[in-house]
Amino acid sequence: MESPTALVSLIIGLPLLGFLINGILGLSSTAYRSKKTLIGILANLAVFIPFLCALTLFLNFDSESAAAFAHLFTWMETGSFSVDIAYQVDQLSLIMTLVVTGVGSLIHLYSIGYMAHDEGFWKFFAYLNLFIFAMLNLVLADNLLLLFLGWEGVGLCSYLLIGFWYTDMSKSDAAKKAFLYNRVGDFAFLIAIFMIFETIGSLNFEVILTSLEAFSGNDIFWIGLLILIGATGKSAQIPLFVWLPDAMAGPTPVSALIHAATMVTSGIYLITRMSPMFVMSPEVMMIVAVIGALTAIVAATIAITQYDIKGVLAYSTVSQLGFMFLALGSGAFTAAIFHVVTHAFFKACLFLGSGSVIHTMEHVEHKLHDKGKDVHFDPQDIRNMGGLRKYMPSTYKTFLIATIAIAGIPPLAGFFSKDEIVMHAFNMGFGEYAGAMYFILWGVATITAFLTAFYMFRLTFTTFHGSFKLPKLINGTEGSEEYLHESPATMTTALWSLAGLSIVGGFIGLPNFVSKTFGGDGHINWLHEWLHTIAADIPLTLSGTAEWALMTFAIIVAAVSVYIAYKMYGNDQQEESDAWIASKFGPFYRVWKDKYSLDELYEGAIVHPTVNFSDKVLAVFDMKIVDGFVNAIAGTVRISGSLLRYIQTGVASNYALFLILGVILVLTILLF
Amino acid sequence: MNYLLDLQSFLPGIIVAVAGLAAIMLEAFKKSANTSFSVTIGGIAVALLFAIQSLYGEAGTAFSGMIVYGGVGAFGSVVVLLGALFCVTISREYLRDLDLHNGEVYGMILFSTTGMLGLAVSNDLITLFISLETMSICLYVLAGLMKNEKIGAESALKYFLLGAFSTGFLLYGIALIYGATAATNLTEIAAAAQPTFLFLCGTGLLFVGLFFKVAAVPFHMWTPDVYQGTPTTITAFMATAAKSATFVAFVLVLTRMLPSSEIGDWQSVLQVVAILTMIVGNLIALAQDNVKRMLAYSSIAHAGYLMVGLAAGNEAGYAGVLYYLFAYTIMNAGAFGVIAYYERNHGLDFTEIDSYAGLGFKVPVMGVMLSVFLFSLAGIPPMVGFIGKYYVFAAAVQAGLIPLAIIGVLASAASVYYYLRVMVYLYFKEAHKEYSLKTPGFLFKWTLILLAVLTVYYGVEPVLPTSSLMELISSYYTV
Repeated sequence: MESPTALVSLIIGLPLLGFLINGILGLSSTAYRSKKTLIGILANLAVFIPFLCALTLFLNFDSESAAAFAHLFTWMETGSFSVDIAYQVDQLSLIMTLVVTGVGSLIHLYSIGYMAHDEGFWKFFAYLNLFIFAMLNLVLADNLLLLFLGWEGVGLCSYLLIGFWYTDMSKSDAAKKAFLYNRVGDFAFLIAIFMIFETIGSLNFEVILTSLEAFSGNDIFWIGLLILIGATGKSAQIPLFVWLPDAMAGPTPVSALIHAATMVTSGIYLITRMSPMFVMSPEVMMIVAVIGALTAIVAATIAITQYDIKGVLAYSTVSQLGFMFLALGSGAFTAAIFHVVTHAFFKACLFLGSGSVIHTMEHVEHKLHDKGKDVHFDPQDIRNMGGLRKYMPSTYKTFLIATIAIAGIPPLAGFFSKDEIVMHAFNMGFGEYAGAMYFILWGVATITAFLTAFYMFRLTFTTFHGSFKLPKLINGTEGSEEYLHESPATMTTALWSLAGLSIVGGFIGLPNFVSKTFGGDGHINWLHEWLHTIAADIPLTLSGTAEWALMTFAIIVAAVSVYIAYKMYGNDQQEESDAWIASKFGPFYRVWKDKYSLDELYEGAIVHPTVNFSDKVLAVFDMKIVDGFVNAIAGTVRISGSLLRYIQTGVASNYALFLILGVILVLTILLF
Repeated sequence: MNYLLDLQSFLPGIIVAVAGLAAIMLEAFKKSANTSFSVTIGGIAVALLFAIQSLYGEAGTAFSGMIVYGGVGAFGSVVVLLGALFCVTISREYLRDLDLHNGEVYGMILFSTTGMLGLAVSNDLITLFISLETMSICLYVLAGLMKNEKIGAESALKYFLLGAFSTGFLLYGIALIYGATAATNLTEIAAAAQPTFLFLCGTGLLFVGLFFKVAAVPFHMWTPDVYQGTPTTITAFMATAAKSATFVAFVLVLTRMLPSSEIGDWQSVLQVVAILTMIVGNLIALAQDNVKRMLAYSSIAHAGYLMVGLAAGNEAGYAGVLYYLFAYTIMNAGAFGVIAYYERNHGLDFTEIDSYAGLGFKVPVMGVMLSVFLFSLAGIPPMVGFIGKYYVFAAAVQAGLIPLAIIGVLASAASVYYYLRVMVYLYFKEAHKEYSLKTPGFLFKWTLILLAVLTVYYGVEPVLPTSSLMELISSYYTV
């Protein structure tokens, strides 16, 4: 294909332009801030046009096309090291770009309605555009350094948007927490980048991936591990996942875009990009898989106990990201990307649906305040909800569709991607590559899949089925159901589009063995074909029968789970059922409800000792020794500066004398 | 035919000289400084266009080898003309407030610019000397513009006395070189040069003359007094255009007259002077409480960084110096411009750092721009100043002068203190009393905005020495 420079410039440049226009005009003119329609349209175009550009590139590309490069400029260079602002258009970056700009467009559209009454409307859209810009840099970069810039950029935007309502202390704390946990991962990632540069002398993906033989086995292990730690920060995996649930403090569209659909998947993107390197180290692959499976089940068990509608979705996101890591660790890089795509559809839909619900619950609270009733309740607590399907049919239907998709019921999107992951994990139990550990991971994944269907339907039933419970729980809210309403068209349009994608999204990755059974050529998995030049997948070696059996088993597990959830939560029994689970699982349930006490653990094991150490030792060291040293230097410098000033007498003949001294100095050096 | 070609190769200088005559005549007959101002702007702009055109043309020598055209010379001419243009556009308002706005000022600026253009293209020691003097004599006059102020008269007199003194050395050096080689043409000297006592003394004295003009330590003593006593926008002109022209001449001397390092250890001279200049310039700047004087010392320090590029003595070093001159012209003209703006509101003593307290919030756009320029001068990315420093220091590392580069980086780190100190006053101190600032005029304000934009733009997307600038140097070598 011809050079993609023009289109790539548009894809990268327009979100930046949108950020600059809305940011600068909003900052400098209060009149501009009130032009919300204009701001909204500009911000939306800044994402939608890049989507169309990405689509154009996509249509001109096929699975055999070689990567096309867009070298915009070199920022600096010296010797062998150069910082290139250069982008790589290939099958993987195109998929990611389409997801980022496509889902991003829908969420921008939705935000117009969602943020309509917020004072910081302009700022919100400026940040959102900046995020898209950074994210596109991340996925399109042709070298690790530019990727890292995008990586830090999305981290910054995530921080800004989590703390968007920064006057609320808990929200700005959540933002700080997200930022700090990410720093831990970023640090590891940075060291990995240094190590790669030291060995290869380049940070360009093409160069790195074609000269992998330059690394020793030891290098591969450590670099892989460090990249993994970087990815666990950004993609919320054990041990660094605790920031993501707190990140839900941000506006809901942010949760949907950044903390579900795009930014948190950048770790998966990175490992897929580096997949030829990862498959060289079975140990790292195993660690990736174990971390993924463990995160998946830990987050899923926590999700069962949550009452906050966004909280459940947050833990569900962590759990699904765990699935993706399990896929990576099982050598199913294509399946991981597949799940990134389908998850972007249904999880964005779920978050936006929850936003629609929160929106209306807040509306109820405002209306009650207008009536002079001083009532306060948590608009995100599902125990206050129930029966909402009557009042918000579109939200309900789309939420239900997305729930079915995530639960793994065929033929919706989540089923195909999750099934492929589970199957690969099982497959890894055989063969020379790995060991029986993977059978255990398969078991964990299956249990997690069961739990996923269960907690998601618990959430859906409790929120939308049964009766509206707020009036029964809180005095003064009688008759408040009349204030419940469906969200505006900008919001429902986005919901329906995402719901539609959640239904059909799975067809890009149909399982090949199904085709073989019916006499086909076994090539119906489009995504697999599409990514085969990039993702270093470990092929499936299972027999057709085994694959059918595994798939049937997965369907049965999901169906049983949905049935149990229906029995337990289908008709207003949330309180009794939760109590029943709590009594059945006793101590386990308490652990889940306390979120495995990880926050407390980190607080006790890391934060407090560090603070104490800083307070008692480092502070003293800093004040007495470091500051003393610095002050001594500064004092010396200032004094010598002041002394040198005395040379500057202001008398011209003294100046001439110095000139003569200078002449002597120069001639001395030259002649001797 | 040949004459025409020769004239054409020095067209920018001729245009500027004619504009200078026109500016003075117009003042005499029309009594309208504004007309002179327009002629000045127009003349410099047209000259700039021709200079840019010759930048992309071929390189060669003209006037029987007295000057070079194209290549380095063209680049130097562009930088000089840019410096002159920016200083003139910000001068009008400022000089009006000082009651110094008249046509002769522009005439002097233009004649001085003619000298600088000659300096930037000189291929012969005679051209170099005459151009240097043309430039300097006009600068002496400009330094004495505020003749009714004690500080102004003092500044002009000191500049003149010491300038004359250093010119003596320069001329003596040229005479000795001629004695040793029987040539004044740079390339002919290179061909005939032997490391004799005579030749080395000559070169050393020539260097002294150039060191004086670029304010290298210990030949810098005149700088703070002169910079402080000169109207601020003219100071900007001296610090940018005059310094750039002299550095370009320095590059020409080094590359054409001393291409072989076997003749004399001039690299060590440059190293020692670079180290002295960076350390002394920065140290004294640290102790200054007057912003204008601080910028004077900072300009000494910058001459030190530039000297690092010269000391490197490789293509990357010369390219780095040229890029640095461009960067320095943009950011320094901007910084002096904002200071001139603050100053003209409240009289000449308004350059003490105390009076800057809380000023950043008064006219926000000015405060922000001053911050941009100071950040750039301090060498903080993504400003153009960072890129400039990066290139000269990288060149020094490439040439194996690692201690020199380390001293440079440390000196540059120390300089952050005094630049940021201004910003601390701008934004973190309470204003002493209530007052309001005049609104800046259209041309003044937009010139500064343009400079600020360029400062950031070339920091984000710099001209790489490996690309066009490097080609310039090599195209020049093939002459």
